Amino acid sequence: MRHLTQDDLVLFYYHEEGGVDRPHAEEHLRSCDLCRQEFATLAQSLEMIAALPVPERDENYGAEVWARIRPRLAEEPEKRWTFFLPLRTWTLAGSIALLLVLAFWAGRFWQQRQMPTVAAIPAPARERILMVAVGDHLDRAQMLLVEVMNQEAAGSVDVSQSKQLAQDLVQSNRLYRQTALRDGDAGMANVLDDLERVLLNISHSPNEISAEDLASLQHQIEAQGILFKVRVIETQVQEKQKTAGPRLPGSVL
Amino acid sequence: MEANDRAAQVLAGDQDSFRVLVDRHSRAVFRLAYRMTGNEHDAEDIVQDTFLRAYRALHTFEARADFGTWLHRVAVNCALDHLRRVKRREEDTQGLPEDEQSGAFNSIPAASPTPERLILSVELKLKVEGAMAKLSDRERAAFVMRHFDGCSIDEIGKALGLRGSAAKNTIFRAVQKLREALQPMVNS
Repeated sequence: MRHLTQDDLVLFYYHEEGGVDRPHAEEHLRSCDLCRQEFATLAQSLEMIAALPVPERDENYGAEVWARIRPRLAEEPEKRWTFFLPLRTWTLAGSIALLLVLAFWAGRFWQQRQMPTVAAIPAPARERILMVAVGDHLDRAQMLLVEVMNQEAAGSVDVSQSKQLAQDLVQSNRLYRQTALRDGDAGMANVLDDLERVLLNISHSPNEISAEDLASLQHQIEAQGILFKVRVIETQVQEKQKTAGPRLPGSVL
Repeated sequence: MEANDRAAQVLAGDQDSFRVLVDRHSRAVFRLAYRMTGNEHDAEDIVQDTFLRAYRALHTFEARADFGTWLHRVAVNCALDHLRRVKRREEDTQGLPEDEQSGAFNSIPAASPTPERLILSVELKLKVEGAMAKLSDRERAAFVMRHFDGCSIDEIGKALGLRGSAAKNTIFRAVQKLREALQPMVNS
């Protein structure tokens, strides 16, 4: 007799379509004490969580929310691709990130030339700066990918803002990929390579693309699991930030 | 009038129709946001962000889709963004947290006695909140969508940018963690 796995029981509990064979599972639960007990404790745990109270909001809550957001609707009339910050902000952020990377490389260069008095920033702190810059880059890339994935196509879609953001990201992505390769971090280099192809596709798109082109782009991201990979390496980068050394005195990094 | 028709009217320039949508969906969005964060103040911020973001992205909403489901996805992403910002802020101002997995749940102030607490014992409530705090942001989002909102694995995957199998595994991990955390309560 094959017992139901933990995953089977979870799918059974939630009545998930395409999960376990429900009649078979019911039959098994009737005849197997072990699985029935296991299912009972699972259900008990989940029902405890269901009992977690949520503060109530009264009938006027919608009107209160409306009163708070209405002035902000008027302030920002832009209707397209406004999940993003204005392009100038991104450009400025990108420039700062690139400057940080250049500062890091400059430090390494000076250190290689055996001029220790010039290397004012300790190596762990430089490493941390690089990790912060890479983290910001991945965060922006992730927002772009999420936006593209969430975009629902109807007719033609204006992608001009994301196109410009992608163009901005391509350059820094290439730098980080080359750095990862040089440092022997093949995992990160591969993910950045996949990401770069998507960024290039977006940056080479016309300002308006068809629903089919958008679906193709979404399929490329989905099929290669790029969004997930980016999230994974972003997590790794955050870990490295923690281990890369102490913060610089007086620094916000 | 259906929510989808209201959405079409907003796109045609009728801002008042958006007020109706806010009125209709704000409490559901608040519940989702609260369950994601465990914090009323954060949940209020997420509600506002969700409707602002939805308003600006309304042109991406397909008329044949369900407005409530679409808004749900927007809210989940707003909540994840919010949790990410909270973590960064904590790291920037207080140094690195000990527990990578901890989220806004850990910053919940001790609640004053309320009728809710009379219904659910303090110990159980804290235990459940502690268990939710042990989930990663993504696990919490997937779990809340599945457990409280009845979203299918397919819908969860779309909202979180995950494949079906990855979304399913995220829920399995979340349930496993919650079970482990709540085991003593179940046994007692």
